[in-house]
Amino acid sequence: MNLTLKIWRQKDASTKGKMVDYKVTEISEHMSFLEMMDVLNEQLVNSGEEPVAFDHDCREGICGMCSMYINGEAHGPDRGVTTCQLHMRMFKDGDTITIEPWRAAAFPVIKDLAVDRSAFDRIQHAGGYISVNTSGNTQDANAIPIKKEAADTAMDAATCIGCGACVATCKNSSAMLFVGAKVSQYALLPQGQVEAADRVKNMVAQMDLEGFGNCTNTGACEVECPKGISLENIARMNRELMKASV
Amino acid sequence: MSGFFKSSIGRKVSMALSAFFLMVFLLQHLSINMMSVFSAELFNEVSHFMGSNPVVQFALQPVLIFGVVFHFVMGLILEIKNNKARKVSYAQNNGAANSSWMSRNMIWSGLAILAFITLHFIDFWFPEINTKFIQGDWSGLHNGEFRYYHELQEKFVNPIRVAGYCIAFVFLGLHLAHGFTSAFQSVGAASLRKKLGVIGKAYAIIVPLGFIIIALYHHLNHNH
Repeated sequence: MNLTLKIWRQKDASTKGKMVDYKVTEISEHMSFLEMMDVLNEQLVNSGEEPVAFDHDCREGICGMCSMYINGEAHGPDRGVTTCQLHMRMFKDGDTITIEPWRAAAFPVIKDLAVDRSAFDRIQHAGGYISVNTSGNTQDANAIPIKKEAADTAMDAATCIGCGACVATCKNSSAMLFVGAKVSQYALLPQGQVEAADRVKNMVAQMDLEGFGNCTNTGACEVECPKGISLENIARMNRELMKASV
Repeated sequence: MSGFFKSSIGRKVSMALSAFFLMVFLLQHLSINMMSVFSAELFNEVSHFMGSNPVVQFALQPVLIFGVVFHFVMGLILEIKNNKARKVSYAQNNGAANSSWMSRNMIWSGLAILAFITLHFIDFWFPEINTKFIQGDWSGLHNGEFRYYHELQEKFVNPIRVAGYCIAFVFLGLHLAHGFTSAFQSVGAASLRKKLGVIGKAYAIIVPLGFIIIALYHHLNHNH
């Protein structure tokens, strides 16, 4: 298929960017979206132009690196997939595809489609862990009985890959789905409950410090999340913070 | 706890708490107004009680005014903060693919309701304040009869005002269609999400529709 791509080009963080049109031809419907981008970049390199910078790593939906806002949706029009899992069969021959970076003040553009998501790392550093001594005498985790429901819900929350699609898609650029998932995965398990109060307070404080917006419960994040993280995690985080603050 | 209300989640919870208060108030307001459709006498009696009872006038009324002002001011503050959180807009954003129009436009439905409240205050609240607190007339009487029912009917003679009221109630319905479930989600009531969704939709239809019926009833029956 032949496509017109409208892509955000920005030299660096301090330079003003703009949308630039490109044509790509003979794109197979079996290609992933990133493979299509590789074809474009090969074309650009061969013609002596600067290739489009975009984040990618595992290309199998696990690392959370690929971050593109495609035709007005985070990771494109498909559901439950990252950009690397999005196939070109989702588009038609002759389509025009708009490709932009995640837009949020807390995710500044580094170059073209690559954004700085270290705000998420700083939120994790503020409390997204459990202080377990791992020097060799750690107790077997299975020695502590845990309800199946709690284990399953914690695991569901832990599937968050921190890609930032929730922030990108939220009209308020809120990070509450990400932080809600990280708070939940520990708050549901006995190992995490010990530090639950400090964790939620510190992570929410860091989230606010980073300049993310306020959640207004539109539910867009839940729909666009490639891992299907539920809004219930935000509700749980709210309860956890209320509990920790009383 | 003061730190909690300064956090993004605290602000969200405070919006929800003021929303709960306003939603209960709407039910009470609708119940009393609905009495006017069935009995002018009953409506007059209840209106006089609400208009002259010291607990209602000096305790509940200030709380209500605070609740309304708080909800609007906090809503506007959050909107400004949220706009700052995305400095560059998307060239193409398909919000309809993942969220309802109501949820994305709470600020606009809210501002429409704010405009309506201004009109509503000019129509009813300011004259009440003038009669009671400036002229000092707490009798509720006009020419020896209760004035409330008559004043209500007078306001719904003008078709343009009635149309304005009905449009405002549609915006109220749109605001409530998202606001009801959103308030519960904000205070952490996620496990009841499906049930609350159904109750929320019913509330968002029944309450504004009730007000529309009352406005139309008095417009069509003002000569009787």
